[in-house]
Amino acid sequence: MSTQTETKTIQISKGILKLERRKRIIMGAVFLVAALFIWLMFVSDLDPGVETRFVMTPGGASAEAPDWVFPTSVYLNIIAGISAMLGAYQIIRGFGKRTYSILALVAIMFIFSFLAWATAGGSTNLAGLLRIMVVRAVPLTLGAMSGILCERAGIINIAIEGMMLTAAFVSTVFASLSGSLIVGLLAGVISGGIMGLIHGFLCIKYKINQIISGTVINIFATGITSYLSSKYIQKVDYQYLNEPGMFPQINVPILSKIPFIGPILFSHNMFVFAMFIFVALLTFLLFKTRWGLRLRSVGEHPKAADTLGINVFKTQYMAVILGGMMAGFGGTYFSLGSSGRFDEVMTAGRGFIGLAAMIFGNWHPVGAMGAGFLFGFFDSLSVRASLLQVNLPSEFLGMAPYLATIIILAGVIGRGHAPAAEGEPYEKE
Amino acid sequence: MAPVLELRGITKSFPGVLANDHIDLMVEKGEIHALLGENGAGKTTLMNILYGLYNPDEGEIFVNGQKLEIKSPVDAIKAGIGMVHQHFMLVPVFTVTENVMLGEEYVKYGDVLDRKKAADKIHEISNTYKLEIDPDAYVSDIPVGMQQRVEIIKLLFREADILIMDEPTAVLTPQEVEELFKIIHTMIDQGKSIIFITHKLGEVMEIADQITVIRGGKVVGSTTPHESSLNDLASMMVGRDVNLEVDKTESKPGEVVLEVKDLKVLDPQGHVAIDNMSFNVHSGEVLGIAGVQGNGQTELVRALTGLLPAIDGEIYLLGKEISKNSPRKITELGSAHIPEDRQKDGLVLAFPITDNLVLNTYYLEPFSKSIWLDQKKILQNGKELVENFDIRTPSPTTSAGSLSGGNQQKVIVAREFSRPIKFLVASQPTRGLDVGSIEYIHKRLIQKRDDGCAVLLVSTELDEVMQLSDRIAVVYRGRILDVLDANTATKELIGLLMAGIIPTEEEKQKLGSKQKQIRLT
Ligand SMILES: Nc1ncnc2c1ncn2[C@@H]1O[C@H](COP(=O)(O)OP(=O)(O)O)[C@@H](O)[C@H]1O
Ligand SMILES: [Mg+2]
Repeated sequence: MSTQTETKTIQISKGILKLERRKRIIMGAVFLVAALFIWLMFVSDLDPGVETRFVMTPGGASAEAPDWVFPTSVYLNIIAGISAMLGAYQIIRGFGKRTYSILALVAIMFIFSFLAWATAGGSTNLAGLLRIMVVRAVPLTLGAMSGILCERAGIINIAIEGMMLTAAFVSTVFASLSGSLIVGLLAGVISGGIMGLIHGFLCIKYKINQIISGTVINIFATGITSYLSSKYIQKVDYQYLNEPGMFPQINVPILSKIPFIGPILFSHNMFVFAMFIFVALLTFLLFKTRWGLRLRSVGEHPKAADTLGINVFKTQYMAVILGGMMAGFGGTYFSLGSSGRFDEVMTAGRGFIGLAAMIFGNWHPVGAMGAGFLFGFFDSLSVRASLLQVNLPSEFLGMAPYLATIIILAGVIGRGHAPAAEGEPYEKE
Repeated sequence: MAPVLELRGITKSFPGVLANDHIDLMVEKGEIHALLGENGAGKTTLMNILYGLYNPDEGEIFVNGQKLEIKSPVDAIKAGIGMVHQHFMLVPVFTVTENVMLGEEYVKYGDVLDRKKAADKIHEISNTYKLEIDPDAYVSDIPVGMQQRVEIIKLLFREADILIMDEPTAVLTPQEVEELFKIIHTMIDQGKSIIFITHKLGEVMEIADQITVIRGGKVVGSTTPHESSLNDLASMMVGRDVNLEVDKTESKPGEVVLEVKDLKVLDPQGHVAIDNMSFNVHSGEVLGIAGVQGNGQTELVRALTGLLPAIDGEIYLLGKEISKNSPRKITELGSAHIPEDRQKDGLVLAFPITDNLVLNTYYLEPFSKSIWLDQKKILQNGKELVENFDIRTPSPTTSAGSLSGGNQQKVIVAREFSRPIKFLVASQPTRGLDVGSIEYIHKRLIQKRDDGCAVLLVSTELDEVMQLSDRIAVVYRGRILDVLDANTATKELIGLLMAGIIPTEEEKQKLGSKQKQIRLT
């Protein structure tokens, strides 16, 4: 009788409890709205005969690609049609597990439509935009991965910004003094690790509220680096402390010669490649190895991990130190990968945006990188807003990623799954 | 041969409580050893010490005659001790396989999880012990009974020989309990020894080979089911003669006080928790809601008390639609609520008892005058209620947090019963209480019913529902499958419904005509 009971139980449970209909319909409606928006705001605004020209080669690139010219309204009509069909299917049947991939697809199509509309009758360097997008995504993605490492083990890390800033400063000084970028990089990474250890000490040993600990670290890092910076390394006398140099651009053989894709993905300094490698590595480690399983169990249900002989505190310390090192690595991008010097508060909130990318990416490295690209794209677009054919304040484009984050956080498109035990200090006995 | 496990003089105190006082316990190989005791007797504490989660203040542990220092669960696992905790230790977002192998993972290439090999072993265990399970299912998707099986498989996966099960039947339907007992016997056949913890006497009589009773942290006796009776065990457990039956007269139901029509409520995750539910509660009757935990009881209570919005349907209290009203409005209409989690939702633990007693009346006369509170009146009210409801406390101004569970519950009962009420929702009113407090709360509930109040009793303790109710509604996955007359309902019939099975008329006849079981805690 028991098997019969079981199957019945499961059938009914599938029938009633897992009714995620509301979510499904909302998501479908989002797709439909995207389609409608394209029709009403973009297509109806265009002359039927107008063309869009996308330049497919960024300035000074290694491989040439011909421009892409297409009739704007035809393409936009097709895209809107596809969106509408996807929306209809989502409402009627639902894409189930693939819903989020489809959402990403619709978002990409929507952004493409916007760009095609804004470019109509003129030209935009699409390859240039995408290339900058990849670059801008680097600190965000690395910051997000720092957050993922910590939060997957149950420790909230809002100190990413401060860790990055410290690492940017330390790496600048060490690289300048030693004349070696590698020494600077290592020093930056280690300084991040130490910040992580301090955060861990405060949250794990002393059980200080994790948000407060993170805030304190951020304020401290901003204060001390700004002080040291204005007092010393920005002064002419100490100029030798602020000349670390920069990692050179690497053109990956063969791959960088692929038209369009080559210059966008394979012609960067090592930080971009490191980002891809770290995303792949962390994904593998978190979800395929014993190390990752244990780390995640501590973030989800530390007591259960404890009863199975897993040392919760040790795991959490390891996670915050590694997370700090990841943030540290991200921080050195600013000094050694982007500007070749240290400036006060040069991280400019990127650590916090990285945190948003982590949430947007549902605590998954690949998702976080996707979010990093999305945010990076708007970043890249807002710089060039003046070059577009339509008059749109660049601040508005700059706002778009944050609006998207707020919408996600408000749970409109379905809430992400934060590790269940994050933010709660684990108490033995 | 040495006993497989021996505990000598285990002592453990928490601030203000001596939870274990020189406890001795001996378990022979192949034995089902029941550890019987009331809530708060110290059973879980003792087992947590054995499992290395707590360090004892004093005492020694011997496994197979060898003295062992068990400092952490790692030591316990090494010694072949495994434990199914009272609150499951499963990671909901992990699969069954991941949960089972966590801490003892099968790996290849150094550190890469070998899920396939682990799943194979789980299959093997599930065949040997007849524990049906899908290794790839996510724990959050499987019912509680199956989650318990995962916990058992976790122990067998580690090849534990001494299995501790802490109140394993608390979350099961009567039929699932039977299944569990079969599994336990299979495990005994395979040479395991089992410590079975419970506060339910009937179960002990049914399954134990040896019984150790503890009370107030001390061992008060050791016996076997043959040498003792239910009443012996009950008085041993409680320390005095107890009346296991609730005295109550026939109910005299009057007009409809609460009417629920096609109610639909979502849980905070957005799943449908209450699905088109309709029922009535009349004045002067107790309607019991029976069901396994997590079948919408929490959401139902929250919807009725204005704490969770209904997305569809209506709730009428004394003819007035209240599904859109605030909790205060509903309270003012004459509704009272004994919440499921008394510490979180019932009391402000840091406040004195006196303030807790006016939490829903403080803004009214006589406790409030214009914008001022009348502290004198509040204190006087507190003194009276402490007296009338027999709340054991050093003073009425002691903080509610420092009271024992039973007395905390009495504070809530005193607060709710001291105003004129027409409708009472009592959710898990005796969870975690000692027998004395349980008797007291039961008596008060029946008294309220006899005063003409409509009472909705929500409890996952089937015995409690059967003892107190006049009618019993069985919920399953947010629906009421049937409403039964408490005088004729049997445990088997309710158990089937609790498992989501609607019996045919014929089966119903058969189950209904069976001799009614002795109802015992
Ligand atoms: N971690 C703890 N801190 C303080 N007191 C505790 C703790 N665990 C249990 N107690 C107290 O110890 C006593 C025994 O509890 P417990 O072992 O859980 O009883 P049982 O499992 O028999 O119901 C109770 O009075 C309880 O309040
Ligand atoms: Mg217990």
